[in-house]
Amino acid sequence: MTELIIKNGFVFDPLNGINGEKMDICVKDGKIVKTVNEHRAKKIDATGLTIMPGGVDIHTHIAGGEVNTGRMVRPEDHVKDAVAKTAITRSGTGYSIPSTFVTGYRYSRMGYTTVMNPSMAPLEAKHTHEELNDIPLLDKATFPLIGDWWFVLEYLQKGDFEGCARHVAWMLDTTKGYAIKIVNPGGLESWGFGRNVHSIDDQIPNFCITPRDIMVGLAKVNKMLNLPHTIHLHTNNLGLPGNYQTTLDTMQALEAVPNDGKPNMHITHLQFSSFGGDGWGNMKSAAPEISKYINNHSHITADMGQVIFTDTTTMTADGPFEYTLYSLSGHKWVNSDVETETSGGIIPFHYKKNNAVNTIQWSIALELALMIEDPYKILMTTDHPNGGPFASYPKIIAWLISNKARMATLKRCNKKGQKKSLLPTLNRELSLYELAIVTRAGQAKALGLKNKGHLGVGADADVAIYNVNPETTDIANKYKTVRKAFRDAAYTIKDGKIVVKDGKVVMNVDGKTMWLDVETQQKCEVDQDMRQKFKQYWTIEYDNYPVYDHYVKVPEVIPIKASV
Amino acid sequence: MITLTPLKQFKYPIHAECITPETFQGKTASEIAKLPLNEGNKPKQLGDLFKIEESAAEAPNIIINGDVSEVRHIGQGMKTGEIVVNGNAGMHLGEKMAGGKITVNGDVGGWAGSAMKKGLIEIHGNASDYLASPYRGISEGMKGGKIIVDGNVGSDSGCYLRGGLIKIKGNAGPFLGYHISDGIIYVEKNAASRLGANMVGGKIVVSGVADELLPSFTVDAVKPKVKIDDTESAQGPFYVFLGDLAENGTGKLFISKANNPQIGPIYGKYL
Repeated sequence: MTELIIKNGFVFDPLNGINGEKMDICVKDGKIVKTVNEHRAKKIDATGLTIMPGGVDIHTHIAGGEVNTGRMVRPEDHVKDAVAKTAITRSGTGYSIPSTFVTGYRYSRMGYTTVMNPSMAPLEAKHTHEELNDIPLLDKATFPLIGDWWFVLEYLQKGDFEGCARHVAWMLDTTKGYAIKIVNPGGLESWGFGRNVHSIDDQIPNFCITPRDIMVGLAKVNKMLNLPHTIHLHTNNLGLPGNYQTTLDTMQALEAVPNDGKPNMHITHLQFSSFGGDGWGNMKSAAPEISKYINNHSHITADMGQVIFTDTTTMTADGPFEYTLYSLSGHKWVNSDVETETSGGIIPFHYKKNNAVNTIQWSIALELALMIEDPYKILMTTDHPNGGPFASYPKIIAWLISNKARMATLKRCNKKGQKKSLLPTLNRELSLYELAIVTRAGQAKALGLKNKGHLGVGADADVAIYNVNPETTDIANKYKTVRKAFRDAAYTIKDGKIVVKDGKVVMNVDGKTMWLDVETQQKCEVDQDMRQKFKQYWTIEYDNYPVYDHYVKVPEVIPIKASV
Repeated sequence: MITLTPLKQFKYPIHAECITPETFQGKTASEIAKLPLNEGNKPKQLGDLFKIEESAAEAPNIIINGDVSEVRHIGQGMKTGEIVVNGNAGMHLGEKMAGGKITVNGDVGGWAGSAMKKGLIEIHGNASDYLASPYRGISEGMKGGKIIVDGNVGSDSGCYLRGGLIKIKGNAGPFLGYHISDGIIYVEKNAASRLGANMVGGKIVVSGVADELLPSFTVDAVKPKVKIDDTESAQGPFYVFLGDLAENGTGKLFISKANNPQIGPIYGKYL
């Protein structure tokens, strides 16, 4: 089959310890190999270019019920960003919530090849997979929302972790999911009754457990099932001033789960969980407290949740938080209660430079990224589209690698916000090696993707080539060059095929959808009791519920052997 | 001055963002004839559809003689100068306009003066729906400037108004002033149902009959007159209503007392 050789590029492959060495990358049949037949292979001359593994995004809302509802309530988002079809690509629209095809093209032109859809109400699983099937050029996976699922709450209430583990394994198979997503544990169930939880030890209505029990319980379940990723956690009290204390409590609570020096939790969009102060008036950054804790502990990974100053759409399963945003903005608001499973909310939001709170939010994410010393622990995301559209990643890259870029933006921000920003005290500038960690290697490692995020022999041939010469370019000074290079990849290679050249999609291929087939010693029985509950509490019959295998267009099943 | 005359009765919608004083500025008639526009889905040039004549007179900058009710986006985003349309004009006339003046001696289509910021639009005929309202889904409406309509307006006019003045000498359709937060809408005749729904600020003045009042408004006072702008006041007396309480709004509805005898028996006791 096809062979490819990428010659003479500067390779940044952190998982294999390669830092800017000049070397050749050989590809055969969609995998990285040691050598290829140089005469037969197609050649890419990468002299003076930077080569990295294809980008990986651990947290980006690109498909599913709430994304699609977001599209429906935002016609103005489509009017301002219409994309015409070309001979290869299809047309589409959408700035903060692009249509499925445009999502694939835009990610791919930035050199991304793998993305994770982190929030799927199990009831919306079929819809989510239909959309994922339509997103081209990317490998995808999706995380079902399990934290407030009634059966799980019942198992945890009984203290039956093994039963819970079997049930979660069944859930992952039923929804074709990849990891356990927990959003505002307990809060979503409370929202069904118009309430919320305000600390990790509040009791959840109608269940004799607390958010702490859910998080610790599911982290234990995650370990029993040997899942590749950790629990993927959106903390309680997200987006409220002073919530860093809850975040610290949460991280301390998870110390109870033995971790052998490996992470057992991933806190997503950490910026939204790192607010100090006790009201919007004196809200400040709690990045020093949070980063100090994370620097001293090994059981956490996190991602940034960077805010971009732009008009975007927030969407999350955290219904009560969206209500808070609605009270603040009065903007059009979607609120949904997904039966016994979760909740959801959508609100358009404009992050403005002249707003003190937005400036501090922008600053917090960068402070976290710079103050947390190990780049494997803090990964680059915007929590697309909550902090800003993913197409803004090149901007974040510029801020991370260049103090000059950060100061250029900061000086145009709100004066009060500027005073509260800690960025002027931080001189750290990420190298291309560290950048490769926060945008691909670290993300793949945190997700437990063995064949992604590196260029070692046997890895998937997902490669990004950027027009940056690390020998001659002072990246911190020439951040605009780097920003441009990361916006339009010189080449993106997906499964050994050149799909993007000079920022233009030149070939259309389907990406795979990864899901976990977890084998437990004893299977979870779909018994009469469960069917009865579906009859009583769901709007659809059990038999119409699961995502059957044929639903996934290009599946990649990852078999997992659980220890229960 | 440039005079445009349609060469035929247009059958398909024409998207003519190019018809603004700024685009025409400093161009000869033959250059203007080459400006691109779309007829339906076919790319065309201005000269294919219009006869273009140049004359020495200074103002107005552009005159359009004839029925251009299929021609959309005339004067979109214009900042200075003047356009006169002698005939009916199409949708999106003066959309996002930021200065200058447009006069229409005829009727206009929907979204005239949509989300405009500054300038003056005079319509000596009727206006269709969505006068001054932003395009669907957008919540930032007209911010400033003035729109004067001699005839009637359709539904959903003045939505999301944030400033400026809309003066309607005829009747207004339903949902007039939906969700406005500032600015003034003055209707000299009658206003249809759902008047001022969801308004959070601003003023709506109705000198004629108000078809129906939403229950989420509360009566506050009776005032003899209302100031419309520096030169004009509307003569009352007017009932003053506050709302929309469903949005915790502080907008004011001024409803003529003389023309709305149905209000007295219901609200009079609360005054």
